[in-house]
Amino acid sequence: MKVVTSAALLLLGASLLAAAPDFVREVEPILKKNCTGCHGAAVQTSGLRLDRSTDALRGGYSGPAIQPGNAAASKLIQLVEAGKMPPAGKKLAAAEVGILKAWITAGAKFPAETGPVRSQQRTSHWSFQPIRRPAEPVVGNAAWSRNAIDRFVLARLEKERIQPSPEAEKTALLRRLSLDLTGLPPTPAEMEDFLTDTTSGAYERAVERLLHSPHYGEKWARHWLDLARYADSDGYEKDSPRPWAWRYRHWVIDALNKDMGFDRFTIEQLAGDLLPNPTPDQKAAVGFYRNSLTNREGGVDTEEFRIAQVKDRASTVGTTWLGLSVGCAECHDHKYDPISQREFYSLFAFFNQLMDHDVEAPLPGELGPWLAARPGYEASRQAMFASYGGPELMREWRAKLLRAADQPGNNDPIQFAWKYVGNLTNGLQPVLRLEESQRPREQHEQLVDYFIDRAGDVFSKEELALRNWQSLRKEWAALEASAPKITMAQSVRQSFSPRKSHILMRGDFRSPGVEVLPGTMAALPPMKGEANRLNLARWLVSRENPLSARVTVNRVWQEYFGRGLVFTSEDFGARGEKPSHPELLDWLSAEFMESGWRFKHLHRLIVTSSTYRQSSKARHDLKEKDPDNQLLARQTRLRLPAEAIRDSALAAAGLLTPTIGGPGVRPPQPKGVTELSYANSVKWPESDGPDRYRRGLYIFFQRTVPYPQLMTFDSPDAVQACSRRQRSTTPLQALNLLNDPVFLEAAQSLGVRLLREAPPSFDERMKLAFRLCLGRDPKPKEAEAMGRYYQKELAALQANPEEARYLHPQTVAQAAPSEGGAWTVMARVLLNLDEFIHRE
Amino acid sequence: MNPTRRGFFQKCAGGLWAAALAERLGAEGMMARQPHFPAKARNVIFMFMEGGPSQLDLFDPKPGLSKWAGKPLPPEFIKFYESKLAFAQPDAGVLPSPRTFKQWGQCGTEMSDWIPHTAARADDICLIRSMHTDAFNHHPGQLLLFSGSMQFGRPSVGAWVTYGLGSESQDLPGFVVLASGRGTSGGVTNWTNGFLPSLYQGTVFRNSGDPILYLSNPGQLSRQTQRTTLDALKELNEQHMEETGELDISSRIASYELAFRMQTAAPGLLDFSKETTATRESYGIDDKTTRSFGTNCLLARRMVERGVRFVMLAHASWDDHTELNKKLKENCDMTDKPVGALLADLKQRGLLDSTLVVWCGEFGRTPMVEHRLGRNPDQGGRDHHPFAYSLWMAGGGIKGGQVVGKTDEFCMRAEEDPIHVHDVQATMLHCLGFDHTRLTYRHLGRDFRLTDIHGNVVKKLLA
Repeated sequence: MKVVTSAALLLLGASLLAAAPDFVREVEPILKKNCTGCHGAAVQTSGLRLDRSTDALRGGYSGPAIQPGNAAASKLIQLVEAGKMPPAGKKLAAAEVGILKAWITAGAKFPAETGPVRSQQRTSHWSFQPIRRPAEPVVGNAAWSRNAIDRFVLARLEKERIQPSPEAEKTALLRRLSLDLTGLPPTPAEMEDFLTDTTSGAYERAVERLLHSPHYGEKWARHWLDLARYADSDGYEKDSPRPWAWRYRHWVIDALNKDMGFDRFTIEQLAGDLLPNPTPDQKAAVGFYRNSLTNREGGVDTEEFRIAQVKDRASTVGTTWLGLSVGCAECHDHKYDPISQREFYSLFAFFNQLMDHDVEAPLPGELGPWLAARPGYEASRQAMFASYGGPELMREWRAKLLRAADQPGNNDPIQFAWKYVGNLTNGLQPVLRLEESQRPREQHEQLVDYFIDRAGDVFSKEELALRNWQSLRKEWAALEASAPKITMAQSVRQSFSPRKSHILMRGDFRSPGVEVLPGTMAALPPMKGEANRLNLARWLVSRENPLSARVTVNRVWQEYFGRGLVFTSEDFGARGEKPSHPELLDWLSAEFMESGWRFKHLHRLIVTSSTYRQSSKARHDLKEKDPDNQLLARQTRLRLPAEAIRDSALAAAGLLTPTIGGPGVRPPQPKGVTELSYANSVKWPESDGPDRYRRGLYIFFQRTVPYPQLMTFDSPDAVQACSRRQRSTTPLQALNLLNDPVFLEAAQSLGVRLLREAPPSFDERMKLAFRLCLGRDPKPKEAEAMGRYYQKELAALQANPEEARYLHPQTVAQAAPSEGGAWTVMARVLLNLDEFIHRE
Repeated sequence: MNPTRRGFFQKCAGGLWAAALAERLGAEGMMARQPHFPAKARNVIFMFMEGGPSQLDLFDPKPGLSKWAGKPLPPEFIKFYESKLAFAQPDAGVLPSPRTFKQWGQCGTEMSDWIPHTAARADDICLIRSMHTDAFNHHPGQLLLFSGSMQFGRPSVGAWVTYGLGSESQDLPGFVVLASGRGTSGGVTNWTNGFLPSLYQGTVFRNSGDPILYLSNPGQLSRQTQRTTLDALKELNEQHMEETGELDISSRIASYELAFRMQTAAPGLLDFSKETTATRESYGIDDKTTRSFGTNCLLARRMVERGVRFVMLAHASWDDHTELNKKLKENCDMTDKPVGALLADLKQRGLLDSTLVVWCGEFGRTPMVEHRLGRNPDQGGRDHHPFAYSLWMAGGGIKGGQVVGKTDEFCMRAEEDPIHVHDVQATMLHCLGFDHTRLTYRHLGRDFRLTDIHGNVVKKLLA
């Protein structure tokens, strides 16, 4: 009894000492006044919510803020006492801090919660709603509508009492269709066929021919490569070339030409390596990730830039599939869209396990000969390496590097050597940690090559001289030069040892907050199955996902009409523009998914619609009513993308090399371009022969000093996903088309072509020139004007034979240099016309 | 076009029409615009000393370091440096500067004996000794310096300024980049338009071949043929405009006319024959050492005279990890005389008041030595140092003849008036008449600005 009493007294005493404050009466007012504006129900800055028990005790992105029973260890107390919180300068009074401390000491008790612990973060924003196929509207002018697209467009026009435009002239229509589907203008023969085919279905047959052209894949690959921020070099200061980046581009072209469903297209790029027994193509497809920039600048923290790549991958997936500026949540919760910083890092966590992996990815026909030659080559490699004592020295090298790696802080040369492995190779640091027998073969070979090259980072000249290393390097180079050749790909694989992912406070890799697991955003339908990349990819292209189809269909639409149904094709969030035709967008999205996510089906639907086939001529009645042509009462004249301008000029000139796929090329460019690269380090060995005349999408994209014609005509710079290119008009474009030797050569060749291929009269030659460049015959006024300028130029060149020979260096039978020169000048005029670089 | 930008242009210039034009036109769309408030500076010459010049050997004397020569820093400094250096060891020996410093001008600002021409302009210069930045590698540092963020994709300061003010020139680009030495780490990202219209991208004037890419007529193509070509083009484009009713074609026509004017104006810009011998001499045009940077400095003045809004002079590289004494001297010899000449010339012509001049690197260099080549003192260099370095400004709206900020005894940290890169950006925009929080552009639903969410105008710097 006595014992019980004293215990009771003791308890009473303790509670009196702690004097647990009442939450509602004492604690909550302090929190309300100072904290819950930023850490409450409406806003949870840094993920912290202090008005409810579960959230408050779990803490924010940097960890728990309250340690019940231990006020001194609670971050909340530390920050208010230090005056760091609240941030706006008004410090808490000592009495208020006292109350908070006492409350925490007493266990930080909240009143019981009512309702769900985490509110469902569903949003009512239009783009997050499920995609349902709307009923097609009934329209008055049923004869005009060829398909559902037309009914949606016309219903809106009829509401506004606007008539659609008549169909474009046949010449303009085929040129538009060819440029839109293949990025190339129609040849005069194709145009002739189309004009003379007066049977029904002529247009649809042209559509099918173009959809089946291998150039279709090239044209539409370019749009995808904009999103994939494709480039042929690393970016950043060193900007080293990526000799195998093109294998990914090759895969994209091929997949599009085969009309691979967008669902499969997605899964192979995001998780091809995780598919059962992945094919070389599937391993090349995940090269999508490898388009991230790589910083090989000396002295960088490799972890910092590895993390930058992971963030880039999360942002790119967000823009490309979800049309959301997910990257905005890298440093803080998204200000406008339902993407918390925690969710950004949950997305990040999917990609945090990626490891660079360069693999053999043979093209058809390569594998057989390669396999046959391998055993002999491998045996020579091993023998040569062994004869110089390579294996034992490499073991010593490895041991030294790993020792340095595990004892950081002491910047000796070996530590630099370890850093270089991270810096200069694609992901070989973790491979080096593996025992030789555990290493993937390709990567072990790459490591041996690296070791032979850079043994001097660890061993002294004398040590290496003892082993005759110079002679090994020489012999090795000779052996490598004769090695069986096979195409490689930049691929990825899961890391050998799983990494933990954390929220990074303010995006800083040195400030990890709480750990996060891979997961998708709460505002979107849940992902099914284990949280891995494969299921993430499947989730992106599931029928329930409201964004992927809308975003993808909208981008395709944008290419045909100059603006998407949602103008901000990169932003379907709260700050993006609302769709001009929401029902049409949903109808197309549903149709796209239900067709098996077939791009060609979508293209066919659009280009066979009456809406697409309208004339693009400006209409006086629309200038006020619809200046941006949102209502689609006409087509829109569009300036061609940079690549199509080059390709059209080469095609008109008869110079274009139509080869599909393969490595990049380097057409001539002024020397001054690469001089601006870091320490003049970029090399630009000009391509010879047919490679000079490849299509623009094959031009080697060197990130720090890109090919000028591409940039002048608004190609993206390949550092971030680009969903919508600009279409600018600048004097530099004029200078480029007028004076770039590539375009002068096109004019010269076109001039020769006119002399050789057309019947020898001015009218016939001019007609061919117009057909080659614009797909149509000259109008009388145009022919008259060109005739005048031709005569003037002819006279001028007769007086200046030197210039004539310069303009017309070839010899064409029965044509004087002045005549040839004058045709070069006429060709140059046509290649500079506004109409030439537009599609009507 | 987004509403913010439309609003901005409406306030500034001829309303919607001007805005539409700016979207679509070449330099015609660059017409001059008024800033938020009246300001002195109308032009900028930004001298970017790529690589990180050593403040310890040029601008921030630390005579006290000699007693630490060869010894490691005190432990708390070593600890501070851990994992924050690119190459050097945190406990490497201190490297006192062998330079002599003396006071210059009326104001008595101390500067090094290797930059006497710059130092002679001390009364015009506002020297900041307390700069700091966030990046300790080159490209990230340059991204931050020029675009206000280490993330890619944002417009550079030159693009922002040209976006805000347009251009005064009818036959030259509004934002020009002149490079000397070798290429910079940042390359195009230092003068990118980012998400702003392409119109605002920096145009590079090149050292060899055409100053602007494809500026000259190809080979032996005569001026007469070029004129005939342009006349024919114009006539056919006009016919097509009539046919289609598409007024945008007039922008294309105008862009060709402007290109033709540039073909005339740019060579005129490069023609120094009307400059006096004294001017040529002062910039060092005829001296092999100073020719390259001197030419760019003189070009900068001539561009400003012709209304070019923003001239960036990039000189690479000051990244002296090794042989500091030799390499720093070379860079000083190449640049100092032209810098001094440019300031004097601008002042004499009454242009300095309306031209904001900035000289800086992306960071500074460590007080400790870095040994890569060997232990010989002549081979030593300094590592990257983002925590304390120097930058100077002069001209339009800046109070010259003063030193702002102070570093600690080792030049490790900015002790007094620390000034961040974002603060410099905010102050630059202020000198040009902009509130840096209101010069915005909407992209991905957000109103972006040069200073991101940071930056304060530093009043002490202002006249």
